[in-house]
Amino acid sequence: MSVHLNVLRARGLSVAVGGRTVVDGLDLQIAAGERLAILGRNGAGKTTLLHTLAGLREPAAGAVELCGEALVQIPPRRVAQLRGVLLQQQLDAFPASVLETALIGRHPWLERWAWESAADADIAREALSAVGLDGFAARDVHTLSGGERQRLAVATLLTQQPRLALLDEPLSHLDLNHQIAVLELLTRRVRETGMALTMVMHDPGLAARYCERVLLVHGDGRVEVGAVAEMLTAERLSALYQHPLRMVEVDGQRCFLPL
Amino acid sequence: MPTRRRALLVVAVLLLLALASIVGALLIGSYAVAPGEVWASLMGNDQGMAGEVVTGLRLPRALAAFACGGLLALAGALMQVLLRNPLADPYVLGVSGGAAVGALSAMLFGLPLLFVHGGAFAGAFGAILIVFGLARGDGSWTQTRLLLTGVIVAAGCSAAVALILSVAPEHKLRSMLFWLMGDLSHAGSPWPALAVLALGLAAALPLSRDLNLLARGDLVARTLGVSVRGLRGAVYVLASLLTAVAVTTTGSVGFVGLIVPHLVRLAIGNDQRVLLPAAALAGGSLLVVADTLARTVVAPQQLPVGVLTALLGVPVFLYLLSRQAKEGVR
Repeated sequence: MSVHLNVLRARGLSVAVGGRTVVDGLDLQIAAGERLAILGRNGAGKTTLLHTLAGLREPAAGAVELCGEALVQIPPRRVAQLRGVLLQQQLDAFPASVLETALIGRHPWLERWAWESAADADIAREALSAVGLDGFAARDVHTLSGGERQRLAVATLLTQQPRLALLDEPLSHLDLNHQIAVLELLTRRVRETGMALTMVMHDPGLAARYCERVLLVHGDGRVEVGAVAEMLTAERLSALYQHPLRMVEVDGQRCFLPL
Repeated sequence: MPTRRRALLVVAVLLLLALASIVGALLIGSYAVAPGEVWASLMGNDQGMAGEVVTGLRLPRALAAFACGGLLALAGALMQVLLRNPLADPYVLGVSGGAAVGALSAMLFGLPLLFVHGGAFAGAFGAILIVFGLARGDGSWTQTRLLLTGVIVAAGCSAAVALILSVAPEHKLRSMLFWLMGDLSHAGSPWPALAVLALGLAAALPLSRDLNLLARGDLVARTLGVSVRGLRGAVYVLASLLTAVAVTTTGSVGFVGLIVPHLVRLAIGNDQRVLLPAAALAGGSLLVVADTLARTVVAPQQLPVGVLTALLGVPVFLYLLSRQAKEGVR
């Protein structure tokens, strides 16, 4: 798989929420096998930007291309084969088993009258096992804890097998060991399949450790994209969060302490 | 693991149940008919009075009950997915209220039966158009807003119904009340309703996997490639049409559309590919059984079947609710 292939491209992308422009004129390219973190304060427009990149929302200006084609021109089902989205909240109105929930990731790959095959079930089971939900297949989603439900959402996304994974706070509800486990799992998938990864995150230290590039969303229209070394500095992050931060390096890893 | 084989098995079992309920309806009644006579008259051999009772009275009535029960259960299942609310039923958005206003207006002005049916249909559709016209919007509050709008429109309709009843001449009141309670003794030919049930299922089944995703929320469905706006529109129209046809045929029979999808969901899960046909079959069977009871328990007096389904439905539903509360299920 070509590493230089652009999976996603945004040109002059502007995003507005309730009449307020939160992202103004973003130019962004995400290549296959690349990992990008999106950081910003609450309400800065990270989720809105992510949804716009995913095609769930129309941009105020500019355009998004997915795998070289204008996103709006691609049929929805094909879009869902190319990009997967992990939403911020998982709401289950009706009971459903864990396996069934993971299997909805196969939906874009199935013809209208087709049922999930044994191969589809294997993909879903493997994803469940990868997030540590072995033996949960028959459980009702309503009986899961917040963290287990979040890992199930990650498994559903992996079952979808997209070329670009857009994750909105994939670490929410996760305890420390599962945060690392999920990030390691995603990194492994990126390495093995060339999937591109874009994550909204809140921990700059984890962003520095697991991503190559960072997108800072200031919330007033300004956005900055660049390599981790350039973007994740005490100065920039203090300006981003409007709170003083100190950077320390421990064994070559950047950590950020709020003062 | 959802499989086609299991789905076919469930549908086959329910088909047998449906058949049994209809056979039961043909056998049971105040006029005793032997099983042999039922068989002979179904085969077209003249059995005199018995044949007349079986093919002229019981069969059309059982088929009409089956069609309407199926329509209501199917519409209820669709509404529950559409509103992402397990407590929704076909009437929650004012469809039956609108139909009642239309049908009763036609009766009030002494229009022929065709116009009563047409009025019911137009009223149901008018209510749906008003509700969705007013409740259209974006975001997660849509369902709540939709429900609220529907409930308000339904309240408006029941006020209009009360107004019609209060100004209607005495001799028209009885037929109006029977229409409102839901009653099969005046159901006409069962074939239009059966045809609509078949068409409705044929229209809903290709969408059923999309509906599985819609039940998990608009955003989830859209991330997985479902064109939610078009799908929701299609399901609105379909569910309202099915309800309108059912209500036009038998009046507003209660609880079938609420209880049956719930019972089926409890028994076989929420996969719409199985749930939709299973709910239609189970709903049909339930209404056939309820109607058979309605015309036999206090024979020769007949009860409106709507009273019976409500009497059966209320305790079952209260039980389901308390069970859900205990399990902490939303």
